[in-house]
Amino acid sequence: MSNRLETAENPEQLKRVVIEPLTRVEGHGKVTLLQDEDNRIRQARLHIVEFRGFEKFIQGRPYWELPVLVQRLCGICPVSHHLAAAKATDMLVGSSLTPTAEKIRRLMHFGQTLQSHALHFFHLCSPDLLFGFDDEVRHRNIVGVIEDHPEIAKQGVLLRKYGQEVIRLTAGKRVHGTGAIPGGVNKSLDRGERDYLQADIEQIIEWSQGAVDLIKQVFLEQLDYHLEFGATDSNMLSMVAPDGSFDIYHGGLRARDPQGGTIFDHVDYTRYSDYLQEGVKNWSYMKFPFIASLGLDNGWYRVGPLARVNNCDRFTTPLAEQARGEFLAIGEGRPVQAALAFHWARLIELLHCAEAIRELIDDDDISGRELVQRGDMQPVGIGVIEAPRGTLFHHYEMDDDGLVTRANLIVSTTNNNQAMNESIRQVASHYLDGNRLTEPMLNQIEVAIRAYDPCLSCATHALGKMPLEVSLVGPDGQVRDRLEKRAGDVVCPTPA
Amino acid sequence: MTERPAPVLVFTWGNPSRGDDALGPLLHDRLLEKQAAGRLPGVDLLTDFQLQIEHALDLRQRDCVVFVDASVSVPAPFGFGPLQAEEDVAYTTHAMSPGAVLSVFSRVEQRPPPAAFLLSIRGYEFGLGLPLSAAARGHLDAACVFLEQWLAESGYPGGSCVTG
Repeated sequence: MSNRLETAENPEQLKRVVIEPLTRVEGHGKVTLLQDEDNRIRQARLHIVEFRGFEKFIQGRPYWELPVLVQRLCGICPVSHHLAAAKATDMLVGSSLTPTAEKIRRLMHFGQTLQSHALHFFHLCSPDLLFGFDDEVRHRNIVGVIEDHPEIAKQGVLLRKYGQEVIRLTAGKRVHGTGAIPGGVNKSLDRGERDYLQADIEQIIEWSQGAVDLIKQVFLEQLDYHLEFGATDSNMLSMVAPDGSFDIYHGGLRARDPQGGTIFDHVDYTRYSDYLQEGVKNWSYMKFPFIASLGLDNGWYRVGPLARVNNCDRFTTPLAEQARGEFLAIGEGRPVQAALAFHWARLIELLHCAEAIRELIDDDDISGRELVQRGDMQPVGIGVIEAPRGTLFHHYEMDDDGLVTRANLIVSTTNNNQAMNESIRQVASHYLDGNRLTEPMLNQIEVAIRAYDPCLSCATHALGKMPLEVSLVGPDGQVRDRLEKRAGDVVCPTPA
Repeated sequence: MTERPAPVLVFTWGNPSRGDDALGPLLHDRLLEKQAAGRLPGVDLLTDFQLQIEHALDLRQRDCVVFVDASVSVPAPFGFGPLQAEEDVAYTTHAMSPGAVLSVFSRVEQRPPPAAFLLSIRGYEFGLGLPLSAAARGHLDAACVFLEQWLAESGYPGGSCVTG
């Protein structure tokens, strides 16, 4: 796990390539590439503006507001924050969930993960994989997918919609749901709601299976290329069930090294700070979490679908378990490290979510009436879930009046911070050896970033459509070349 | 299983906890109050944090849709105009343009999207936990008056949309 390109010896003598998405508010990312006089990439850094101010936003608020309040942190992942905060407040109120409450929350989480993964695959990743990285930008988006594969794209929209319906029925509302509350849930599903979800679930599973088959076929057709692109050896961190099986709602923390060896296993996540630390670097506001026993340089890790599928011992649903076996085969005994394998792993999880939803809507517990259970109040609450993009930590402390005095969140994108840098460095080293900025060069960087689908904290939506600006700055500080990429206008050169 | 939706959809979006990003949801709330008072017949109101691909399905069986958003670039107090389908290119799932939603609709449904308009309300501050700015509140008032009048005079519901 080399960091050789992160800090060059004489950065003042390097040219600087800046790839900067410009958003109207915040949440933007920027890639900085430093070239030497021979046009080789010597430094590569991904800058992401992590959402800030959430501690202040949360401090002083009553604990029971947390599951609803934290949904305002992110417009894309509100259910993930909702559930992580709810788990933390369970601890605050000394709760052990009833079977109904836990299964309703699991159902909500499967719905959330299904719709999130469907969006990522059909909106972002499938154009890369179906059309290739050098395809015309105008074509490489969901419109292009729909033109060439109309049924696939329609399935993507309807898969996403189904997941949203699961959320609506379990959370009570389409957005800003209130389903999970400290110690339980505020509603279960009635017979009509279960029948409504039951009506389409077989179709959802079939489409999910089709998506897995498609990405497997695409990946294997250019196996060497897909294995190499953005690949970097890393540790893997995820939550697993007590029996080692895949679990995105509750379990212990498991970390494995690049060879698949166990670093720690079944760690009580309330003790996460004993095993994980957060490093800082002087060029980024975002922290760099690492496994404490390995140190900052060697302890960074990946989270998310790739880590989860690599780390778990099995899926509890048959189709996903079969898919896991086929996926792991490409690793030839080692964890799969390719960045683009995130997409394959993501769709295996999509399939598992669909299967798990079918199991839950057949389970009479989700219509139970014992919704809330509470015990003795505790001053500290920690909730961890596997959000669609990876492990998500919520940690709160409150005073005797039930007001939050301290909050610490480690979001999935922060956990993947160093890993994203490493993948971009790998791509840059291979593909950006020169001093001319071209559209395919931008595409390579974007493809690597897209594999992780970083959360850019844009709970503000970005009507500017996140244009991408690339500038080449020489050692004299002068801009030598610049490209700007906007939706619809593709790529246009702008005066230096 | 579902009855035909109202011919007009007003779709607002934004984060209520991020200062002027709340302009869309706040307009939604005001229109809800008007509906509760018996106004805005034939109009459905939806709001969300973000625009996403599944929102294309909310456009089904509509004659007209008005998207409402905060904007940092439109001249104050607001801008309004017709909206065309457009392709979208992004590197995250965290943003989608209203034109791209129209594009998804036309491809998925294999027919043109409904007439669509964008109401952009000028905002200034978008920090987490910030309240709506005073200037944006004034723009919200103006936009709300305009939209109600436009909906009443545009020929909807049930008529042809004025696209000028």
